[in-house]
Amino acid sequence: MDGFRIPIGSWVKAFIDFVIDAFGWFFDFIATIFAAFYAGAEWLFTAPPFWIVIIAIAAAAWLAKGWKLALGTALGLLVIVSIGQWNNAMQTLALTLVAVLIAVIIAIPLGIWAARSQTVSSIVRPILDFLQTMPAFVYLIPAIFLFGVGVVPGMVATILFSVAPGVRLTELGIRGVDHEVVEAGNAFGATPRRILRQIQLPLAMPTIMAGVNQVIMLSLSMAVIASMVGAPGLGKDIIQALSRTAIALGFEAGLAVVIIAMILDRITGGFGTRTRRTRTRAEQAESIAPSEPAASAVRGAA
Amino acid sequence: MIDQPLIERPVLEAKNLYKVFGRNPKDAVRRLAAGQTRADVTDAGTAAVIDASFTVAQGEIFVIMGLSGSGKSTIIRMLNGLVQPTAGEVLVRSASVTGASAPQLRAIRRSSVSMVFQHFALLPHRTVIDNAAYALEIQGVAKAERLERARVILDKVGLSDRAQAMPDELSGGMRQRVGLARALTAGTDILLMDEAFSALDPLIRREMQEQLVELQQELGRTVIFITHDLNEAMFLGDRIAVMRDGRIVQNGTPEEILTDPANDYVSQFVQDVDRARVLTAGAVMEPPHLTTPVSAGVRGALRVLREHQASVVFAVENRRLMGVVTDRAVIRAVKAGQTDLNAIVDSSVLTVSRDDLLSDIVERAVETPVPLAVVDETRRLVGVIPRVTLLAALGNVPATTREMPTIQSPIDMVAQFTPLVDAAAGVPAGSSTADGGVR
Repeated sequence: MDGFRIPIGSWVKAFIDFVIDAFGWFFDFIATIFAAFYAGAEWLFTAPPFWIVIIAIAAAAWLAKGWKLALGTALGLLVIVSIGQWNNAMQTLALTLVAVLIAVIIAIPLGIWAARSQTVSSIVRPILDFLQTMPAFVYLIPAIFLFGVGVVPGMVATILFSVAPGVRLTELGIRGVDHEVVEAGNAFGATPRRILRQIQLPLAMPTIMAGVNQVIMLSLSMAVIASMVGAPGLGKDIIQALSRTAIALGFEAGLAVVIIAMILDRITGGFGTRTRRTRTRAEQAESIAPSEPAASAVRGAA
Repeated sequence: MIDQPLIERPVLEAKNLYKVFGRNPKDAVRRLAAGQTRADVTDAGTAAVIDASFTVAQGEIFVIMGLSGSGKSTIIRMLNGLVQPTAGEVLVRSASVTGASAPQLRAIRRSSVSMVFQHFALLPHRTVIDNAAYALEIQGVAKAERLERARVILDKVGLSDRAQAMPDELSGGMRQRVGLARALTAGTDILLMDEAFSALDPLIRREMQEQLVELQQELGRTVIFITHDLNEAMFLGDRIAVMRDGRIVQNGTPEEILTDPANDYVSQFVQDVDRARVLTAGAVMEPPHLTTPVSAGVRGALRVLREHQASVVFAVENRRLMGVVTDRAVIRAVKAGQTDLNAIVDSSVLTVSRDDLLSDIVERAVETPVPLAVVDETRRLVGVIPRVTLLAALGNVPATTREMPTIQSPIDMVAQFTPLVDAAAGVPAGSSTADGGVR
């Protein structure tokens, strides 16, 4: 066995070298955009005084679920402030949210496409398996080559790592929509686009939101690891603590990650279950309105 | 099978439809057309529908009936192009559904064919009225107008007070009313109903059937109804196509199917039918032998009674029913020396018309000792229904006595043979026959 070896590693390296030569401009372009996104998000979270940001996030929690979550959110964020991790936490949050946004923009259309085409599904599935099970650190190496050190390779690795559940659960959700309801749309002559918009997406929404929630959680965990390639945030302190075996710093930064994770999970979870109810209520209000006095007013005007 | 001349072109026509799922559908169709059976072609694919042809006329309720797996759901989906046939053609108002492109197909579905589903298939995230208006929304009707039209139909199906409810707040029957309203609101003249009432409990189902018939009479839509329930088929159908293993084995009116089943399969099927709801007086009546012209007088009546050894006779004038004469009245009249029959005719005799259902006339038949007289609009006597005929028709046995074929059911045979088997096995016979009977 000594003599025989498939040099997959060197092939991949050769491939990456080739990609850098040929598409360097493209990766520079992506790097610029991602960096700009991150800069914007970071400014949003770190520029205002911390209490304004806390009020804003607590308000989002209130909208998603209620005052209890808002209170818990505010307390959690205050703990982060009190252990001196506020700035790091906001950088991590910014990185996570930008990565999630991009991952969702990729995942949902891809999931829809996979749900509609068996071919796409069978091509996408092994790629997702690969992305999901490849040890997270491995993404960082080509990311450094392609994007250099800093926030962008961290973000790219985060997106790659977290996109899989978004695609999977979108596909699952759309495939799981009651076949007869989709058939009803067809039977009344609806176009595929309308069926997607009015039947499949709304009915798959809880599953898709579960996917988005997974994307967020994976992004957060990866955003910490991404600090190994120079991404700012809580991960930096954690890696520092690891190399210095500084228990105190490591625990504080770790606690901040946990708090951020819980807040993100509860808020997105809350929005996920909310989606259906608010939709229906809005539509009800809309359809009641023209029925009674408004309708007669319209008729009178006409 | 076109069994009556159609006044206009059929609304919907199915010509030699085949649907085969599997590896080699075209080959399977060729072999099926050459006379092979469904089982013969399993190597090439599963034949869901084999050589199905029928026409549906304007304003008709056409029922396709068969057990599960007989291909009826596949047929109805071929009628609006949800399933494309392997061979054959479907014409809706002379426009081919089978050859249509996707946009043409959508246009046909919007303008001509709507559908009601077994499990309702409502949009769970929309209100009842939005569901009812959904087809119009797809057709591009403005919001105010489509809600108005939906409201009119919801009113007809008795759901106007639940317009703002969500589907999951409604009972099954109400949900299917919404499904029906959605299809009716669409304004198409053809309504496909796929086992539409099968998921409902029996009482609601009966109610829905009656409502459907009422709505159909009021709105004049053409309905194609799929069911596995023969009673439902018989109640709703103007014509019924009975399917078995992918083929249409008989296509005819409910009465034809009941009284003249095409084969053993159909006749076994119709055994359990609630015949009273299907058969009409005209279908079971017997020729009126016991008649005497009023002009023949009392003597004439007496002669007829004596010849037929009967106790009553119908008095007619120009074939029009005047009433009945009983033997007692005749004897009394003869003794009194009367000759004019008019004097003793009892004109309060109960009459029924040809189209009356047996279920409606049973009660009247029980109240009177005299056979029921079947008359037409001009009160001409067209037939009579003696009580024995009525009972025979309801019990599905011939009214005349002759040797009857006895079909031994498996249960009877088990009951019959278990004692023998048990005796051989050394088990006391009495204990096991009881078991056999229960089984």
